[in-house]
Amino acid sequence: MARVVLEVRDVTKRFGGLVAVRDMVFDVHQNEVLGIIGPNGSGKSTMINMISGTFAPSAGSIRLNGQEIAGKPAHRIARQGVARTFQLVRLLPELSVVENVVAGAAFGHRQRWGAEAESFARQLLERVGMGRQVNMPVSSLTYINTKRVELARALACEPEVLLLDEWLAGLNPTELETGIDLIKSLRDDGRTIILVEHVMDAIRSLCDRCVVMSSGAKIAEGTPADVLADAEVIRAYLGADEDA
Amino acid sequence: MITPRDIRNLLLAAAALGLAALLPFYDSGYILSIATTMAMFTVLATSWALFSGPTHYISLATAAFFGLGTFVTGLGFQTLPMWLLPLIAAGIGAVLAALVGMVTLRLSGVYFVIFTLGLAELVRQVVTWVQNRTGQRGMYVLTSITERDIYWQLIGLAALVFLVGWLIGRSRLGFALRIIGNDETVAKHSGIDTAMAKIVLFMISGAVAAVVGALLAPRYIYIEPSTAFAPILSFQVVIMALLGGTGRLWGPLAGVIPFTILWEFISRHAPNQTLLLLGVAFLLIVYVLPGGFVGLYDRLRRRFGAGGQ
Repeated sequence: MARVVLEVRDVTKRFGGLVAVRDMVFDVHQNEVLGIIGPNGSGKSTMINMISGTFAPSAGSIRLNGQEIAGKPAHRIARQGVARTFQLVRLLPELSVVENVVAGAAFGHRQRWGAEAESFARQLLERVGMGRQVNMPVSSLTYINTKRVELARALACEPEVLLLDEWLAGLNPTELETGIDLIKSLRDDGRTIILVEHVMDAIRSLCDRCVVMSSGAKIAEGTPADVLADAEVIRAYLGADEDA
Repeated sequence: MITPRDIRNLLLAAAALGLAALLPFYDSGYILSIATTMAMFTVLATSWALFSGPTHYISLATAAFFGLGTFVTGLGFQTLPMWLLPLIAAGIGAVLAALVGMVTLRLSGVYFVIFTLGLAELVRQVVTWVQNRTGQRGMYVLTSITERDIYWQLIGLAALVFLVGWLIGRSRLGFALRIIGNDETVAKHSGIDTAMAKIVLFMISGAVAAVVGALLAPRYIYIEPSTAFAPILSFQVVIMALLGGTGRLWGPLAGVIPFTILWEFISRHAPNQTLLLLGVAFLLIVYVLPGGFVGLYDRLRRRFGAGGQ
């Protein structure tokens, strides 16, 4: 088995009386695509937000390459090598497309600046399929292209772990195919990716392993085929027989 | 990477400042007095915009820094060398800005505005309290420094502020601030220490305002807390900077010149109506000129296709 890049141990997050994530344990290996799936409100996004440092876990440990990152501010975690996209796309509207990507390159894990950063950004934009539209204002981009730019920005800091929070959500069937191929190609580049996803096709074709969450806890872990056949997972998604 | 365009802009700026520096030879009375006021507001508004422009944090703390600067000169001009006073003021301004920044820059929007407004008042009250304890009232700053000297010092300071602003605009710090102004969450997750970046810029702008206060103290001759920390100064600076526009380095200047002339005109003919000007200018910014004159200029240029490089 490949080296463990990210180690999540007994991570719990409470918001007042609500336990959003309870005793989560999982590993992410190098060059692996790990899916975090589960019904709405099961704590997937909260889990991602703790890894990226949006907020600190109430308890537990998250280690990146052996170093504790739980509870560190987001910019430190980003510099240590965690990059992310957001559930609702967040671009920088007053900046050009290239500048949006340079923003990821200039301050992150592997920092680049000036002409080097710019040519790197253009290269990444090409990589995510945005070859020609790099000089357009951000406001005129199509939906999938905004997602591409955001992805390029996350890639620009050359993260150890890339977090994709529902990156494929909202795409039409054609775009979805393009999107899945794109993420697949990123894995083939040797990237380590955690994706939170609802789109089952994407989970089946992209994830090496899945962690299934329900009501804040892990209820299953394994290959997509295995976990999607798991009785408890089916119950979590579809409800118990007596409810149906 | 310095392009020919940069060189042209630098030469233009140097020529403009050089020309401005010649003014005292032309007139040393009324016009010089207005020009000194203009130079003062140019420095204050430009340095204010260095911080507030990209971050969109509206600071009303200018009067706090400015007032401290005047008191540094007021307390030190008899015992310390004159050249040292602006440096001390800069140090005190930067330290105060750092302290305030650490406490408040995690706040956003309206909370920050209110805090900075309160800060000027707080500092004023503290200074007044200290004066009462020591039995002082105001103080006289009687020096041989003429308005002409003050004007030249301000022009020099303006050159420095423009240079610093230009350098920041090309630096990673400047880029970080633009990202913060666009989306602070993205900034954090891209690896930017947003609190640090904001504090550094706030310190620069606080230090400059304190230096302006220190340089201007001799002009006022008599300093007391209620005039040195007058909150109206903070509002004037904000309005002028926004009227000109914070999108470019020279933007605030485009607001300072017409505003100062109008202010001067109104305070001569209807001294009680100056606040009205402040209010009207504010409405104008909100309803007609959201990007200030700079925004208008950019829009017109785009519309008439004179844009490009």
